[in-house]
Amino acid sequence: MSINDPLSPIRLQLMWDRLIAVVEEQALALMRTGFSTSTREAGDLSAGVFDLDGAMLAQAVTGTPGHINSMARAVYHFLDRFPAKTMKEGDIFLTNDPWKGTGHLHDFTFVTPTFRRGKMVALFASTCHVVDIGGRGMGADARQVYEEGLYIPLMHFAREGKVDQTLTDIVAANVREPVQVVGDLYSLATCNEIGCRRLIEMMDEFAIDDLDRLGKHILEKSKQASLEQIRKIPFGDYKFSMTVDGYDKPIDLVATMTIGDTGIDVSFDGTSGVSAYGINVPVCYTEAYASFGVKCIVAPKVPNNEGSLSVIRITAPEGSILNAKHPAPVAARHVTGQMLPDVMFGCLHQALKGGVPAEGASCLWNLSALGGPGRADGDPAETVNAKVFTIMSFHAGGTGARPGRDGLSATAFPSGVRNVPIEVNETISPIVVWKKEYRQDSGGAGEFRGGLGQIMEVGTLDDAPFAIAAYYDRIDHPPRGRDGGQSGMAGRVALESGHKLRGMGQQTVPKGEKLIISMPGGGGLGNPRKRPMALVAEDVRQGFISSDSARRDYGVAVNDDGSVDEAETAKLRAVAAE
Amino acid sequence: MEKARLAVDIGGTFTDLFLEWSGKRSSAKVLTTPRAPEEGVMTGMAEILKTSGAKPSDLGLIIHGTTLATNAIIERKGAKTALVVTEGFRDSIEIAFEHRFEQYDIFMMKPPPLVARELRFGIPERLDGRGNVLIPLDEDAVRALAPKLKAQGIEAVAIGYMHAYLDGKHERRTREILAEAMPGVSFSLSSEVSPEIREYERWSTAAANAYVQPVMDRYLGRLDEALRKLGVTCPLFLMTSGGGLAALDTARKFPIRLVESGPAGGAILAASLARRCGLDKVLSFDMGGTTAKICLIDDGEPQHSRTFEVARQYRFLKGSGLPLRIPVIEMVEIGAGGGSIAHVDSLSRVNVGPESAGAEPGPASYGRGGTEPTVTDADVVLGRLDPGYFAGGSIKLSPEKAGVAVDKAVGKPLGLARLDAAFGVSEIVEENMANAARVHAVERGKELQDRTMIAFGGAAPIHAARLAEKLGIGRVMIPSGAGVGSAVGFLMAPVAYEVVRSRYVQLDEDKFDPAFVNKLFAEMRAEAEAVVKAGAPNAKLVEVRTADMRYRGQGHEITVDLPAGDFTAASRARLVELYETGYAATFGRTIPGLGVEIMNWTLRLAAEQPPVDKAPPQPADIPSKARGSRPVYDPADQDMKDVSVYHRADLTVGSCVPGPAIIAEDETTTIVPKSFAARLTPIGALLLEKVEA
Repeated sequence: MSINDPLSPIRLQLMWDRLIAVVEEQALALMRTGFSTSTREAGDLSAGVFDLDGAMLAQAVTGTPGHINSMARAVYHFLDRFPAKTMKEGDIFLTNDPWKGTGHLHDFTFVTPTFRRGKMVALFASTCHVVDIGGRGMGADARQVYEEGLYIPLMHFAREGKVDQTLTDIVAANVREPVQVVGDLYSLATCNEIGCRRLIEMMDEFAIDDLDRLGKHILEKSKQASLEQIRKIPFGDYKFSMTVDGYDKPIDLVATMTIGDTGIDVSFDGTSGVSAYGINVPVCYTEAYASFGVKCIVAPKVPNNEGSLSVIRITAPEGSILNAKHPAPVAARHVTGQMLPDVMFGCLHQALKGGVPAEGASCLWNLSALGGPGRADGDPAETVNAKVFTIMSFHAGGTGARPGRDGLSATAFPSGVRNVPIEVNETISPIVVWKKEYRQDSGGAGEFRGGLGQIMEVGTLDDAPFAIAAYYDRIDHPPRGRDGGQSGMAGRVALESGHKLRGMGQQTVPKGEKLIISMPGGGGLGNPRKRPMALVAEDVRQGFISSDSARRDYGVAVNDDGSVDEAETAKLRAVAAE
Repeated sequence: MEKARLAVDIGGTFTDLFLEWSGKRSSAKVLTTPRAPEEGVMTGMAEILKTSGAKPSDLGLIIHGTTLATNAIIERKGAKTALVVTEGFRDSIEIAFEHRFEQYDIFMMKPPPLVARELRFGIPERLDGRGNVLIPLDEDAVRALAPKLKAQGIEAVAIGYMHAYLDGKHERRTREILAEAMPGVSFSLSSEVSPEIREYERWSTAAANAYVQPVMDRYLGRLDEALRKLGVTCPLFLMTSGGGLAALDTARKFPIRLVESGPAGGAILAASLARRCGLDKVLSFDMGGTTAKICLIDDGEPQHSRTFEVARQYRFLKGSGLPLRIPVIEMVEIGAGGGSIAHVDSLSRVNVGPESAGAEPGPASYGRGGTEPTVTDADVVLGRLDPGYFAGGSIKLSPEKAGVAVDKAVGKPLGLARLDAAFGVSEIVEENMANAARVHAVERGKELQDRTMIAFGGAAPIHAARLAEKLGIGRVMIPSGAGVGSAVGFLMAPVAYEVVRSRYVQLDEDKFDPAFVNKLFAEMRAEAEAVVKAGAPNAKLVEVRTADMRYRGQGHEITVDLPAGDFTAASRARLVELYETGYAATFGRTIPGLGVEIMNWTLRLAAEQPPVDKAPPQPADIPSKARGSRPVYDPADQDMKDVSVYHRADLTVGSCVPGPAIIAEDETTTIVPKSFAARLTPIGALLLEKVEA
């Protein structure tokens, strides 16, 4: 078959590659211009191209999985509200509806139809996290979504090229950083426009008038490739449950995974009901993180699109924390959502008889610090002259140990964020970070050790209290090991003076105090006594574990000079084997 | 008589030499001798002195580039290094960005730091973000550290303190104390190596400098001695990754600035050609055996940046290496070369690279045991390479072996005939390069259309025209001596030095202090001048100043060229205007009402270059005579068709070769597609231009 044949696999691949390049370019444009920390440092954004029915054909690989198919689903909602045939050239649509977008009000989703020679040929969508959306600000404390900020239903951002000034005025009037937020709205519109432009160039170059044949090829190939991988796993039902801290009471995350010939179905029946606070998850976001977890193990190399996503189907009972309905508060939905890959790994562990990581810290341990009048509790006179600042930096505990490899220390998973340099935060605020180092013995012991968490000590140069918006989990329920591996060390939030803080909610760090954040380590994998003693001794030498832990958890006696006391070790390990 | 100038470029496989003497040019290519690279250099010297007829005493200047520092980091063969940091931050260089650069790979590994945890030490001391001392340096703790470092046999010490880019006094005092107790040990201070905000990247750079310093120092010492023994008395300059030359003592102090010197030489060659030919928008395209490098050159200047990653854990994947903040010529490098291997993945997609067959076993057609099809094999099947005249005839290629490999790995799995499969491999690798170029352009806010491509490196002239078509580029220039392009570029580089300072300045009306900025630049100028004057005592100096600026609240800066002269109160508005112009050029719009802030300031000082000889105008076309013809794949007809074959040596200035044609030479082969015509220009380059249909 020749390459010019419309069905030539090479030609179709060239076009597919180009389509992925187009959405990567779209995402890059957004990342370069976005204002919120999570957009630019964490790649908390998404960009994709869709056919006229709303099926996603290609999506950029960005920093967080939270938008994987939530954005894909969003386009169907837009097409329901604004049928394709009513869309005009120059129209741009938007929403921040948590249930029809990507899970909380901070995320805006933009959809732009692409017209070529007067005919609509595709849609581009993009999502990013804006720096503020009014209301209580980013945090888990709201009791209803109304408190969480401004809510923009599915509507036009621009009609035939003309931006709705009334809308941008309303947004500007309702948020704390109007210039940046409205700037981000324009970034979203621009990145879609770049996508449209590149798509038209591509269609000209390859001389195609529609994406029908290419779209069909992409969706079928991706679906088949995903199914092929799924069919290698023994069919059956696999149940797993994991309990996490929640805001005010523990949450059970319960899943049944059914693996069969037509794909993987996950039901979250049995999961706890909605929370009174903003850690609830709209089902679109549940789908995103759960399917990401499945995909990591089952088909990591198949690109994201309607074809590959259609074989991983996620449901959660209405009214559960994983399918919270309006008007439940949802701002910090990532705290719960980021736990779902661990639950999926738990199911797949049974199906695959191994092959998955142990549980990790999983939810981010961000430093979200706020200063200025009215931000902290106590006598308002103390803060009336305090410096106004908002600091947001992404931080992570340890990941679970992997088959054949230790977990990653102080590294985000499932989110893919980057931190903000301490020197940068100290330049733009009075915050001082006194310490940020690995937390010894926090990685769960195992043949493969869990990743270490870290300890951060935070104070301020200002003569005033400041507040933190906490949304930390794994304080009461540390990440568990698998196959005989031990749990990672639980997280802890406290003041230097010893007072323990809550894991969730806005709290005050009094004047002159330091905040100490101890992040959880990942769970271990396999029996720690099988870990080669040389590796255990090396961990002691590097200070990743203490010699006490080496002896207690690994059965290895390490001398003061870092060498192994082999006779003593043999004794210790023999006792353990009995 | 005029003195000769010699360039020596040590690469992974070959050491290239290029000598220019009284208008005559000679080149040599010898195998690199990794254990003692100076041996390969001396072999090459002997060869090139012989062919050129020059004596060691005829040499007036030697310019040297080497991948030695890079290799020491990649192979982890640097010095035993300790890192001394502010107490509480012992793990920063290992914690890095806390992110995963490969989203779906649960088995991902981060690059291990150059200094293991047991050799990282915290010292009580602390500055705040304005440079005020919060905790004075604990000198006793530093003194107590010395015996520990000695006991460990430490050869190099990197020192990195918080906010030391504002004031390096604690770092300097620490060095003073330790140096007294540890004679012979080398020290790298973060405030000197890379005085920029962002602790992880600054310390990573300082640690890398410390790590390679003893290795480079010993090598440069040995080379210097070997040259002296040979009777060479001329100065030796080192090529830096930023495209400028450094004198020996600067190179020894900051060896980390030498890491990417080879590719920088290629970019300088392209920039120099751009100036000679009056090309204001150029894309340089360097494709060798393993990688392709693409660099954008505007108004005769390559893009500069201070972000580089070395030793990527996942080949070519951004974020998977160790970050270095050093002056570099900005380019994108991808795993696409003649040796890149093609295979079909689980989605029936053809993947090409980044794995490369390298020199051993090499492509299947080399007949040295390679069985996997490479880009070169595809080119052989398609008739683009003459099996009997590859590398000047030194390697005989087997079309059959190439064909069998292509069939097995690509043709059969996809149900494609041999020619279609081979053409597919070639198209995919070109598409990969095109996509990398597009992303690079977006990141820099540049357009690709209407540029002239300057293509060099063994594999580039084969794929250049097709890549150009994909990028909407209608002109491709292939310089003479493309095979040793980087070394040629070395001879065109100026002595230069770049200084950076992080000073946070808000451009609000009440906050901008011109005196502060003028004082800062005066210090930077003095520092740069000392270095450049040492290398070029009598040269006139050219100064370029830039600032990294951003809107308040953003996390990425864009670099803006600053006007010459002192700043005044009126400069504030001008700076904002320059920023907004740059921002609009990059992102298509500005954001009214938002404050602008500056994070970094740089000053680049270079010895003025002699003016370039402008290329004479192209004379009238002269018809050229083909040596013969051979069948080459024609994409339009999807079959082999006879195409005229020319030899570059037969062409004279003005010779015109209409496409389709092949122009062969010892080191490479140029493919002129049907839609192009090639001409030999007065400067000896081939110029391929799209013929309007």
